[in-house]
Formats: sequence, structure tokens, C-alpha cells
Amino acid sequence: MIPIHPSVYVAYTLAVLTGFAFGFVLERAGFGSARKLAAQFYLTDMTVLKVMFTAIVTAMLGMTLLRAVGWVNYDAIWVNPTFLGAQIVGGLIFGVGFVVGGYCPGTSIVAAVSGRLDAIAFLLGTSVGILGFAGVYDKLAAFAQRGGDRRMLTDWLHLPYGVVALLVAVMAVGMFVGGEYLERRFRRPQEGVEP
Amino acid sequence: MGQLAHTKADDPAPPRAYWNPYLAGVALGLVLLGALVVFGRGLGASGALARFTALASHAVAPHWVTANAHLGGYFAPDAHWWDDWLVFEVVGVALGGLAAAITARRLVVGVDKGERITNRTRLLFAAVGGIIVGFGARLAQGCTSGQALTGGATMALGSWAFMFSVFGGAYALAWFVRRLWT
Repeated sequence: MIPIHPSVYVAYTLAVLTGFAFGFVLERAGFGSARKLAAQFYLTDMTVLKVMFTAIVTAMLGMTLLRAVGWVNYDAIWVNPTFLGAQIVGGLIFGVGFVVGGYCPGTSIVAAVSGRLDAIAFLLGTSVGILGFAGVYDKLAAFAQRGGDRRMLTDWLHLPYGVVALLVAVMAVGMFVGGEYLERRFRRPQEGVEP
Repeated sequence: MGQLAHTKADDPAPPRAYWNPYLAGVALGLVLLGALVVFGRGLGASGALARFTALASHAVAPHWVTANAHLGGYFAPDAHWWDDWLVFEVVGVALGGLAAAITARRLVVGVDKGERITNRTRLLFAAVGGIIVGFGARLAQGCTSGQALTGGATMALGSWAFMFSVFGGAYALAWFVRRLWT
């Protein structure tokens, strides 16, 4: 039995429920399939782009609305601190691993519980990669920890929150139009067939 | 009646179609918004995997883990490896993914791969990709869920840099590993 305080217990129950919804949507979006995920990088199936940016815009516009009516104190919401160098280099490495392995951590969990053995191999690899990072952390700490401010797109662009939200939404729509075009151009007949 | 049952047995129902990507995105966005508003924190995955990894390695090499500058904090005297909302959220991800796969008739044990490679090659590259992803996610302090999705929605500058770097790294290498997928 986990010795946690009742109020924490409630919070963690809600965390499981939130995760349940997250995992359910990922599976139904098709993100339990490595082929479907990897197809994003061959322009034959842009589902990753569509789902991801629709989600970002939905949450962002929802937040904009809740802020505007004063229901949410935005300062109390966690914003990932910016470690620009580590996030760019880490992102490039991550992207390489994504196209080689076919998953990212969250989608590999969904695929693993769907019975995909390659996702289990990926997850075991992820653990090894985490241990590898921990093993060389002393050498990378100075680079990895450079930065750490709460920097947002609004600070970078010197524009108000609502304007940036609108710009992101417009950019997303542009990407959807481009994505639909690329899909029509590159999609092959066998694509979309169940694995 | 009997005939219908016979037809069904011979021709099992195909998996349910995937959701429309834009509707799935709206659903995902609402889950994310709920997490942000209720918990003040977003979704994630790799942070929890780091804690599970620390737990597993602690069982094998406790001294190495507790002395490690990156993982040791999870085993500090006043800390618990499981004491993070992401650990519980990820348990939910597994349960939700399982429920979705079962109800969509997609719970199938097998290897998901491109047509030109063997299962063995696929498993090897999946593991190698996992190693690279694990390393990159720790360096960037998050993955597609915690950085790209959550940080993207909260307009975190570094998360946007991460997101475009992920696409950049993947597209840059895609041509070289096309045999795996096309």
C-alpha cells in the first residue's frame, strides 16, 4: 500500500484518469502504430502533424478563453523552463531516434499494451538511453542546465498572448492545408491499410 | 441465426477505423487543457519512464543510482521514486491505450514494421531508436508529450524549439532509413 495522504491520493487518481483519456485518444488516433507514425516523415500520412497541432491549438485557445474570462491564473500554470541549447540538441537527437525506432515514449507505451513487440523493444531501449544519459550526465550538466528561464513565445515575439495564440492557430491551419496537399501527392495505394 | 453466427466466426470483424485526425486532436487538446487547468501541469511520458528506469536500476545497483547526479534525486532520503503525477498519469496511459486497443479490436501481438525488413531487424532498430530517444528526451527534459504537446500549448519557447528540432532531426535522417519504413 502506498503511504500517501488522502488528498494526494485523490490527485493521483485524477492523474490516472487523465492518463487514461490521453492513452485512449493516442490509440484511437492511430499512434499505436509505428508505421503510421513514421509515415509522417515520408509525407505519406500527416496524421501526427494534424493531431498534434490541432491539440496544441485547442488547448491554447481554450486557455486563452479561460484567461479572458478570468477563470485561470496563468501564472500558476507550469510552463516548461527554456534550456534552448539542450532542447535544440536534445530535439534533434530525439527526432533521429523517432524515425529509427518509429515511436516516441508515450506512443510506445500505447503500442506496447496493444501487443506490439517492437514497442517493447523500443521501451527497453529508452530505459537504456536514459541510463546512458545519467551515466554521462556529469560531463553534460553544464550544457544541459544552461538557461532555465520561463520564456514564452510572447517574450520572444514581443506580442500579447492573444495575438500569439492567433498566429499559432493561423500557422497550424497553414500546415494542415500543406499537409493535406502533401498527403494527396505522396500517399500510395497501400497506405492506410491496417498493419 | 445460426448462419449469421457462422458468418461472423469465419469473417471476424475488422478493427475499428482510426478517428478523424482533427477530431482526435480536439479530444487530445481538451485532455491537455483539463490537465493544465486542474493540475497546473500538462501531459508527459519520458519523465515517468526515467523514474521507472531509476527504480529498476536501483534494484540492481542502488549505490550507483543514489550517487548519480541525474537519477539520485528520486532516491533522496525525503523523496519517493513514484511521487510524481507523471508516474500515475503514465499508468493511466497504459490502461487507456489498452482499453482503446481492445475496444477497437486492435490488440494483436506482433511486430509493426515496413515490408522490406525482417522482424529481427525491426526489433533491433526499435531498440536502437529507443536508446537515442531516451537520451535525447533526458537532455531536452521531456519528450513529444511533455515538451512538444504541453510546452507547445503553453507557448514555452524552448518547447517550440524542441518540437521543430524533433521534426528537423527526423526529416533529416528519414531518407537514410527509408528501407525501414517504405
